Amino acid sequence: MTASTLDPTPAIELVGIDKRFGAVHANKNIHLSVAKGSIHGIIGENGAGKSTLMSILYGFYHADSGQILVDGKDLKITDSQTAIRAGIGMVHQHFMLVENFSVLENVMLGVEGGVLLKGGETAVRGALQQIEREYGLDVDPDAIIEELPVGKQQRVEILKALYRGAEVLILDEPTGVLTPAEADHLFKMLAQLKAQGKTVILITHKLREIMAITDTVSVMRRGEMVATRKTAETTMAELAELMVGRRVLLRVEKGEAKPGPVVLSVENLTVKDGRGVTMVDNVSFEVRAGEIVGIAGVAGNGQSELLEAIAGIRKASSGRIVMNGEPVDRNGRIDPALLRKKGLAHVPEDRHHMGLVLSFEENENSILGYQDDPKYLKGPFLNIDAIRKDAIEKIEKYDIRPADPRLKTANFSGGNQQKIVLAREIERDPACLLVGQPTRGVDIGAIEFIHKRLVSLRDEGKAILLVSVELDEIRSLSDRILVMFAGTIVGEPAAHADEQEIGLMMAGIGREAAE
Amino acid sequence: MDFADLIQILAATVRLSVPLIFTALAGLYAERSGIFDIGLEGKMLFSAFSAASVATVTGSAWLGLFAGILTGVLLSLLHGFASITQRGNQIISGVAINFIASGLTILLGNAWFGQGGRTPQLPNTARFTEITLPFAADIAPIPFIGPLYSGLISGQNILVYLAFLAVPFTWWVLYRTRFGLRVRAVGENPGAVDTAGISVAWLRYRALICCGILAGFAGTYLSIAQSAGFIREMSAGKGYIALAALVFAKWKPLNVLLTCLLFGFLDAASIRLQGIIIPGFGEVPVQLIQALPYILTVILLAGFIGKAIPPKAGGVPYVKER
Repeated sequence: MTASTLDPTPAIELVGIDKRFGAVHANKNIHLSVAKGSIHGIIGENGAGKSTLMSILYGFYHADSGQILVDGKDLKITDSQTAIRAGIGMVHQHFMLVENFSVLENVMLGVEGGVLLKGGETAVRGALQQIEREYGLDVDPDAIIEELPVGKQQRVEILKALYRGAEVLILDEPTGVLTPAEADHLFKMLAQLKAQGKTVILITHKLREIMAITDTVSVMRRGEMVATRKTAETTMAELAELMVGRRVLLRVEKGEAKPGPVVLSVENLTVKDGRGVTMVDNVSFEVRAGEIVGIAGVAGNGQSELLEAIAGIRKASSGRIVMNGEPVDRNGRIDPALLRKKGLAHVPEDRHHMGLVLSFEENENSILGYQDDPKYLKGPFLNIDAIRKDAIEKIEKYDIRPADPRLKTANFSGGNQQKIVLAREIERDPACLLVGQPTRGVDIGAIEFIHKRLVSLRDEGKAILLVSVELDEIRSLSDRILVMFAGTIVGEPAAHADEQEIGLMMAGIGREAAE
Repeated sequence: MDFADLIQILAATVRLSVPLIFTALAGLYAERSGIFDIGLEGKMLFSAFSAASVATVTGSAWLGLFAGILTGVLLSLLHGFASITQRGNQIISGVAINFIASGLTILLGNAWFGQGGRTPQLPNTARFTEITLPFAADIAPIPFIGPLYSGLISGQNILVYLAFLAVPFTWWVLYRTRFGLRVRAVGENPGAVDTAGISVAWLRYRALICCGILAGFAGTYLSIAQSAGFIREMSAGKGYIALAALVFAKWKPLNVLLTCLLFGFLDAASIRLQGIIIPGFGEVPVQLIQALPYILTVILLAGFIGKAIPPKAGGVPYVKER
């Protein structure tokens, strides 16, 4: 396309979009301009607010404030119907398809063209054939969705949008579920759409995709739009740095590690998710007594699944986990309770869903998972007095505020909730501690406390496996760093490695490739 | 047992399966849209009461039917308000409706008519009575076809014919209309409906209104077609059997018809076999036959007869994912 045919009015313009979900500030005053007929990438870590922003554009959520301009005209997008009429189509990360419907039925849902289906079916069939000819999207209209491979299901989503007359197509993490060949095919399709004059917005956390296909790229971090660059004028390294960001360094005072014998050893572990996509691919490593091993990586590269598999929450499809020289059977049933008895404690990444029962009182949460311990029991009943006394001890030791063991856990701040979980797990005196995102959503003061506690635990000779998306946290706490990318451990940078070097590894590029 | 007996059993089967057909179809609309409706029993009971009361007061069966339908729809909207708008638990809401119906019908009936919860005996003019189809008397002497036509097909009331018409009509709505497509979609994946720009809540409310209308027909049939007045607890668990039939029919309209006929037949047979002694076996255990619909449904659910897969989004209030 030559410069003269470019329409100067942006296809989409977002002005000052702001959105909160309760305490979470998902989008902070976002400005974005997408040029007509271009492929615009939006990159950022999981939870950076990309999907929320696009859902607002598609009318799925309402922005608290801000303005949306489509083709230069101010548009109040109150629901998806308005967005569709304005020519915006979206392919969601989790497909919005009715699985026991045919392709035809899915495409026509919402645009049936009349009270009866008959007329609409004929129209859709005709239009599908035409779209297929134009864009090379071959899908059998009578195939049932659940019998189609994921790549084809995605094509149906694209067909749906095109049939509704989409001029702007938003794709949310489209390659997450695709094989490399399917992803290549998708990119060819997107290039073709662009050639036809359509505008494509591609949301992803994969740098390679951005470099391969986009014209412009915008970077989001923690709800903010931090930068917009012409793809040709930027590098993967710059983008990686923008994505992960620099935070005020909170240096932790710690001495040399004195690693002892191996406590936890992971051998050739492979984990698949519910859809059969490999999330952890043949990973092996060891954690010794008296050291903190940090796993760095852009969120969504398999760290969560790795942690959950070791904790016994998620089933591994192959591989072995050995604790203190004793193998834990991965193929049979894994019992997290048994692992705990063997001295493996787990501070899960998501304290609200896995770490705590928010409607319980603080003292109940402070023994959760250890309620069978005789010291909390009086015959077959819970020993309420002992539990409360125990809770008060932990509250004092971990400075949990407010110091009220009877308070509902939901009424504590994020940092104090995290301390409740940490106190519970650490005070069991575990041989090995798994910690996921220990300071996510935690205020500065609590971060410092938590970091110090982890280091002193290390000095007591415990093995600690730390998973965090905060690179600073990994760098300041870990004695050894492992970098995960696309389900594998891609490297073990030296402890003194600089941020940029680790950032490159996190983006899946070796040093040589970047230069 | 001769042919005349068989015709009699079949005629009883038809009469007994009609409330099941209406109610199971009512449940089909609700559950296909993703709303479990255990309150079918209560809707049927309350509709039966309203129909009988209004028919008593006005002397019109048609006004009775209207009242029955209105009651069914209002109870459905109550269920919808609790489970769609307020995102409450659908089972609890349904059970509550059953309790309300069970208690209020007796209370109101006693207050209004003073007959211990019954409504007064209705004259035939205020009921739906048997319709004799043309030529029934002429064809009757012809062997086989005669009794079949005059004894089974002819001589039913209008609601019986409507019940059998409601089955193909429901099939047509479900598979041939826009509304049906959307109802089927919203019970499977409300997200797909929402992102297609269709209101999930309004769609489910409309499905529940359909459910209420059909439950109203079922109740009306009980009190002013099959009987001549309302009797306390006259639905007698038919709402639950209809639910079982719906599961047994795998939520498909034509299967619903066959299943309801089967369950109706079992009911008819158990009445017929009451007190009959089989040589060498003893008295026929009627309770066992009456329990068969439930037993069959449990066997089905356990996976022995094919597989019954309920609508995927059933029972889950729709909240946009975050």
